[in-house]
Amino acid sequence: MSLTKTERAIIVSMWGKISTQADAIGTETLERLFLSYPQTKTYFPHFDLHAGSAQLRAHGSKVVAAVGDAVKSIDNIAGALARLSELHAYILRVDPVNFKLLSHCLLVTVAARFPADFTAEAHAAWDKFLSIVSSVLTEKYR
Amino acid sequence: MALLGERKRKDLSFLQFTRLLVVYPWTQRFFDNFGNLSSASAIMGNPKVKAHGKKVLTSLGEAIKNMDDLKGTFAHLSELHCDRLHVDPENFKLLGNELVIVLAKYFGKEFTPQVQAAWQKMVAGVSIALAHKYH
Repeated sequence: MSLTKTERAIIVSMWGKISTQADAIGTETLERLFLSYPQTKTYFPHFDLHAGSAQLRAHGSKVVAAVGDAVKSIDNIAGALARLSELHAYILRVDPVNFKLLSHCLLVTVAARFPADFTAEAHAAWDKFLSIVSSVLTEKYR
Repeated sequence: MALLGERKRKDLSFLQFTRLLVVYPWTQRFFDNFGNLSSASAIMGNPKVKAHGKKVLTSLGEAIKNMDDLKGTFAHLSELHCDRLHVDPENFKLLGNELVIVLAKYFGKEFTPQVQAAWQKMVAGVSIALAHKYH
């Protein structure tokens, strides 16, 4: 699976808007994740996960920043996320199923905040992009 | 659940179903007789897709009225999807998540994390009910 030129263009242009609300989007994505899929909280026993928590905000920012890195190197996502890929494989070891859940919550957040931009084509491009990001992050698992 | 009562309901059925066929093109395999599905705009303009979307949303309306007995409500449809339509239940999950995303797009801020969580439970329940009679 690789992104077409059109899909890349959609993602890069939407990223311009998304990045202006990056931190809020990161926080909201995680809130959605923990509420809809409480089992994902098992990866954060060391965090205060209440709404408004500084840790939640910091982690949300990290996640969205990483997505941003992938967008900026959209022609070489594996290269851009190599370090994170190793981190997830050897240290974090988050079960692969959770990447789909996080991706879904990010899409929901983006759809709610940018409804006009979130056309069917944009949705398809983002879904595809996030699944590529997810496979890069899990490719060293075994 | 009050969200469904709003007038946007008519548009949602169409959009949710359309999106499934655009975002996950392999789901088109069930709709060979629907005519032109060759592009996103062809799919959006296809009257058969629209009609089918309405059917699906009507079923979801039934689900909401019968939240305490989803398996009973969908028993017949489950058999149909297994025996006649041969639909992999994975597709019910895809459709459920599409609906959640369309709701987010249309209700924006109102579609809070708490509202989303309730809907995720709902669509998960519907998916399980639709798969329940598979054999």
